Amino acid sequence: MIKILTAIVAGLTLTTSVIADVRVFTCEPEWKSLVQELGGDRIKAFSATNAYQDPHRIEARPSLIAKLRHADLLICSGADLEAGWLPVLLQQAANAKVLPGKAGYFEASQVVTLLEKPEKVDRSMGDVHTAGNPHLHLDPHRISQVAKALSARLVEIDPEGTAIYYQQYKDFHQRWHQAIQRWQQRAKPLKGKRVVVYHRNWPYLLDWLGVQRVGTLEPKPGLPTTAGHLTKLKQQLLDQPADMIIHTAYQNPRAAKRLSTLTGIHIVELPYTVGGSDEVFDLFSLFDITLKQLLSAIK
Amino acid sequence: MYSSKILFGLAGLCMVTTNLHAEIRTINFNPAISFILDGRFNRYSNKTDYQLPGFMLGGEASRGEQGLHLGHNELSMSANIDDLFYGKLTAAIADHEAETQVELEEAFIGTRGLGYGLSVKAGRFFSDIGYLNNQHAHVWDFTDAPLIYRGLFGNQIKDDGLQITWLAPTEFYLKVGVEVMRGSLYPAAGASRDGQGARSLFLKFGGDVGTNHAWQLGLSHWNADIAGRQAGSHAHDAVTEIPTFTGSSDVNGIDIVWKWSPHGNSSERYLKIQAEYFTRDETGNVNMVGSSPLETTTYSGEQSGWYTQAVYQFIPRWRIGFRYDRLQAANNGSDTDVLTEAGLTTNGHSPSRSTLMLDYSRSEFSRIRLQYAQDDSYQDADNIFTVQYTMALGAHGAHKF
Repeated sequence: MIKILTAIVAGLTLTTSVIADVRVFTCEPEWKSLVQELGGDRIKAFSATNAYQDPHRIEARPSLIAKLRHADLLICSGADLEAGWLPVLLQQAANAKVLPGKAGYFEASQVVTLLEKPEKVDRSMGDVHTAGNPHLHLDPHRISQVAKALSARLVEIDPEGTAIYYQQYKDFHQRWHQAIQRWQQRAKPLKGKRVVVYHRNWPYLLDWLGVQRVGTLEPKPGLPTTAGHLTKLKQQLLDQPADMIIHTAYQNPRAAKRLSTLTGIHIVELPYTVGGSDEVFDLFSLFDITLKQLLSAIK
Repeated sequence: MYSSKILFGLAGLCMVTTNLHAEIRTINFNPAISFILDGRFNRYSNKTDYQLPGFMLGGEASRGEQGLHLGHNELSMSANIDDLFYGKLTAAIADHEAETQVELEEAFIGTRGLGYGLSVKAGRFFSDIGYLNNQHAHVWDFTDAPLIYRGLFGNQIKDDGLQITWLAPTEFYLKVGVEVMRGSLYPAAGASRDGQGARSLFLKFGGDVGTNHAWQLGLSHWNADIAGRQAGSHAHDAVTEIPTFTGSSDVNGIDIVWKWSPHGNSSERYLKIQAEYFTRDETGNVNMVGSSPLETTTYSGEQSGWYTQAVYQFIPRWRIGFRYDRLQAANNGSDTDVLTEAGLTTNGHSPSRSTLMLDYSRSEFSRIRLQYAQDDSYQDADNIFTVQYTMALGAHGAHKF
C-alpha cells in the first residue's frame, strides 16, 4: 500500500508546472476582471465562482483548495459574503501567504465604506451581513477605490512589477473615469425610477444611479419568496407602482415572473457580474450592458 | 520623475495597507461559539435487542431510543489562537441511562499556513480516514451512521493524537495524511505501544468536471494494536459477561463522492452521490470477561461492508435521500460457542438496510427530517420511522466538501 502511494505522489509531483506569474485567486468574477486590468501580463487570475452561481452558497471543493494552495494573492469581497466557504478553503489550502492579515489577503470591503450597516443583528432577520452589504462592485466609484488599493497591493507583493502596475493602473484609471462620465450621462433618465429586487444585491448600483428600491421578493434576506409575501407586495405596488423588477442571472426568475403576472411590471435580468451574459466580458461591458438593460425597461 | 512619484505613492500606500492588515487581525479575537440542538422521535416495529451479527458493537453504535428523546447536542468553540495556530473544542452533552454526561468530542489545535502545503493537527479529533468519518452528526444526510461505520467504528473513529497532512503542489487536488493516535477510544482500546496504539494513512484526490460536477476520491488505511476492546454500547450495566477483544486490527477503505448542480450553483437544485467500502482484518483472542471459568477463543475475523447514498435537493429547502447498506463477516476461532456469545458468528446472515429520508431546511441553520428504514441488520427485520430536528445557534462555521 505504502509503495503504491509513494509512486503515485512522486509521479504527480513531477508533472507540476513551474510558475513564473503572480497567481491570483479571486472569489468572484468582478475581481478577476479588475485584477486583470491592473496586473496585465504579470498576473494569472482565477475566479472561484461564475456569474451563474450564488456567491453565498459555494462549497470549499477540492478544485478550489488546489487552486488556492498555489495563490500569491487572494481577493474577495469580504463582509461575510464568503463566510460560508472561504474560512474552510483557507484552512484546507495550507497557504500562509493568503491568510487574513497577510499581504496576500485582500478584502475589497475593507477599502470602501459599506451601505446598509445594520444596527442590531439577529438570525430571525434572515441572512444579514453584520458589516454591511457586501455586494459593492456595482458602484463604479467604489471600484475605483478598490482599484487604487489593489494596485498598491500588487506592488507590495511583486515589487519587480512596479513599473508595469503603475502603467496599468494609470491606463485603467483614465479609461474608467472617462467611462463613468459616459455612464452618468446616459443614466440620467433613470434617476428617480423605482424597482423591485429579488435579493438585496443592488444597493450600490441603485445608490449610484439615484434609483429607489421599493420592494424585495425575498421576505427576509436568504429566504425564498412566499405566496403571502407576494400578495403583500402586489397590494403595495398597486398603490405605488414600480418601473421594473430586477434579478441576476443566477437567481431563479420564477418568483419575479409571478409578481410580473400579478402586477404587469416588466422583468429585467441584469448580468450582475462579469460573465452574466454573453456580451459582458469585463467591467466596462458590465456597466454598459447593465445600463442598456435598465434603460430599455423604461422606454 | 517616474521613480519619485512611485516611491512617494508606494510609501503612502504601504502605510494604508499596513493599517488594513492590523484591522483584520483584531476581528479574530472572539471565539466562534455554536450550540447544536438535536431531538428525535423513533418508532421501531421490532422490539428485540439490536444486533449486528459478525460485528462487536461498541462506541456510539446503537439503534437509538424509542419514542421522544434528545439526540446529539453539542457545544463547539473555535478561534484563531495566534498567527500560526487555531483551536477547536466540541463537547457533546447527552443523557446515558438517565445521567447527563459531557463528553469531549474534539479538543485540538491546528496550524494555519505552516508552509509547503503542510498542516499539523494535535489533540482529540475525528480521524480523516474515509469520507464521512470526520463529519459531525449534525451535518449527516441521514439521522444515523451507515451500517459499516456503526459496525467497524462505533459510528466514527476519534482519538487523541497527531495528524500531519500535505497538500501536494499539483494542479489538481491531492492530499496525503498520516495520523498517530493513542489507541484508547473505540474501536481501539488499551493505548497499546506505549500510548501510540493506532495509526492511519490516507490519500484524497479531487477535482471538477466542467462547471457542473465536482468529485473527491479517498483511499484510507487504519491499523491498531488493541488491548481489551469491549463490546456493547457504553450503556450496559446488566450484562455480566463482556466480550473483550485483544489483538491487531487492520482497516482499508475507499470512498467516493460526486456532486452535480446546474452551473455549479447549488442554491436551487443539486445532487450528491457517495459510496464507501471498508474491509477489516482482526487477529487475536476474545474473552468473555466476567465468566468463570474464563471463556475464551482465538479470533481471526474478516469483515467488510459498503454503503451508497444519493441525496437530491429538488427545490430550495427540500431534499430527498436514499441509502443502501450491506455488510459481510467471516469470523473464525478455536471456540465457536464463545464466538457466538460474543456476537461474532453470522449464521450466513448478511446485514443490510435501506433508508429513505426527506428533509426541510428553512435556512442553513435549521433542519427537520423524516426518515424511514427497512433494517435487516439481524434476523428480525425492523421498520424504523424517525422524525428529527437538528439546529444550530450561534456562529456556525462552514462545512467541508
